[in-house]
Amino acid sequence: MMRARGLAFWLLLLPPVLWLGLLLIVPHVEIAILSFSERVGPRLYRFGFANYLAFLTEPLYWRTFARTAVMSIAVTAITLVVAFPVAFYIAKAARGVSKAVLFLLCLLPFWASELVRTLGWMILLRETGLVSALLQATGLSAGPVELLYNDGAVIVGLVYGGLLFMVVPLVNALDSLDFSLIEAGFDLGGSRIDVLRRVVIPHAMPGIVAGSIVVFMLTAGNFVTAALLGGKNGLWFTEQIYAQFIVRFNWPQGAAFGLLLLLLSSAIVWIGLKLTGQGFGETMRRS
Amino acid sequence: MAEIADLSLARVTKRFGAHVAVDAVDFSAARGAFFSILGPSGCGKTTLMRMIAGFEMPSEGDIAIRGASMAGVPANRRPVNMVFQNLALFPTMTVGENVAYGLDCRGVARGEREARVRRILGRVGLADFIDRRVTQLSGGQRQRVAIARCLVLEPTILLLDEPLGALDLKLREHMKIELKRLQADFNTTFVYITHDQSEALVMSDQVAVMNRGRFEQVGSPRELYRDPASAFVAGFVGDANRWPAEFEAPNRVRLSGGATVAGRRFGPPSAGPATCFVRPESVALAPSAEALSALENRYSGKVVSVLFDGANSTLLVRADAGGFELRATLPQTGALAGVEKGAAVHFGWSAEAARIFAA
Repeated sequence: MMRARGLAFWLLLLPPVLWLGLLLIVPHVEIAILSFSERVGPRLYRFGFANYLAFLTEPLYWRTFARTAVMSIAVTAITLVVAFPVAFYIAKAARGVSKAVLFLLCLLPFWASELVRTLGWMILLRETGLVSALLQATGLSAGPVELLYNDGAVIVGLVYGGLLFMVVPLVNALDSLDFSLIEAGFDLGGSRIDVLRRVVIPHAMPGIVAGSIVVFMLTAGNFVTAALLGGKNGLWFTEQIYAQFIVRFNWPQGAAFGLLLLLLSSAIVWIGLKLTGQGFGETMRRS
Repeated sequence: MAEIADLSLARVTKRFGAHVAVDAVDFSAARGAFFSILGPSGCGKTTLMRMIAGFEMPSEGDIAIRGASMAGVPANRRPVNMVFQNLALFPTMTVGENVAYGLDCRGVARGEREARVRRILGRVGLADFIDRRVTQLSGGQRQRVAIARCLVLEPTILLLDEPLGALDLKLREHMKIELKRLQADFNTTFVYITHDQSEALVMSDQVAVMNRGRFEQVGSPRELYRDPASAFVAGFVGDANRWPAEFEAPNRVRLSGGATVAGRRFGPPSAGPATCFVRPESVALAPSAEALSALENRYSGKVVSVLFDGANSTLLVRADAGGFELRATLPQTGALAGVEKGAAVHFGWSAEAARIFAA
């Protein structure tokens, strides 16, 4: 009996162990080892920090890295600001069927692949695109306007891609907000700002933090949107990783970049949790 | 007295589509009064309260507080605060922060704010709880935080929306006394909404009985109990035996089972269907008919069951003739204290105690 139970236990444990081991731990250990190897000759490698030194000494690398961090934070903040009213409406104002329909409408774009969605933005924003044509037709612009290949286009595309992942945890968090708390907030003399700042946002905090973590990680690690909408000016850190692995066959350098991106994400999430005073476990439980 | 009432409503009406939730309600509550609005669920009392608080706007009529019209004044600018049915304490804040919230929104300076929060928490007996989370408090303590959170703002009127509904019986009895004491201490006008007649009767100076969006009667608890203005009030306030009947004479009815009852008619003389009310506590019980000779209405019957509940014990008695049953309060002293099911009893009541309303 005990042995049979033991067997079932180990069998049940197997999938998560394989999952975490093969897909997470093994590749990262491999990448970590790889990142500390220097190329000294054809097919000849030794232990060293050259890849990390290259990151620090080559301005293009660390500037791209910093730019990715700053823009990802901006994208996360903008996504939060855009998603909050949407989530509030779905959670507190919409009732019954319309609630489900609104939720579905948020989900709908994600049935298309990220590539296709990004191409949609290109159709709208390119020089011969819809927006440009509209501006010319209404006389607001004399000639064709190129709206692609700048930071604005990248941010728009990334915010659009992150929206759902912000809306879902926010709706979850706001769903449990009793409407009488909002009324009490007004009744006791609070303005709209007071109620939002002191009642609604503290209540939604676990959702805000959970959504922000997910959106930040997706954004920092995004490749397609940044590459297509940013073009040559995109300069997203994932493009550097791609370039090292695929274009230059410099795997150790790419591995170092990969590890740096992972550290960056972890550090910023950690700082975010500290700043908002939220526990990671608590956040994950509530979202 | 020419003093302006703290709260006065003039023909306040609220319609939701075709449904009239509140129908031309007039009343005024004097300064420092404990005013209750008593009615069954769905009678419009919550809508009325939400209009006073400013969460709903009246379709017609006007609400004035100390003479100033509240038309167009939003909830956060009214000198009215509300204790919500579920209390609506902010779960993300401590007790002190909950109480400080309103002062903070008004921009009261930090030093004064803290002093006022401490003072009010002291007065409701929660001085040591200032740093507790509201989720760590008992039901009665949460109640007091909700009241302190409002009273710290020194409102003209404190609205209470069935705040005792969620408490257990013992605590509810205790809170009734406590609320009455707080109201006397602070001398603030309380407008209290409830469907529980005992809460309304025990605590209030004035009670309005509300039914289907209208005030049936406004009066002191004693007036409502003794002189109900309508059949609804007679049935809703206090306990009563209620029988359908037919007028025989201006002040006498025949119950549907055949028994006649002499009583006191409310309203103009009428013929046809009527309703007759007799309170269980006005029914006199005796082992023999002679003891009841002073009463206008005398019957004999058998005890159907004894509903023992200490001082509130009642007998269910079926009349031998006349085909009616009634509940009568059973005194726990005297000849009938130990009466058993099936015993023969004599019972009766004065004409004064039987109330007759045209149906």
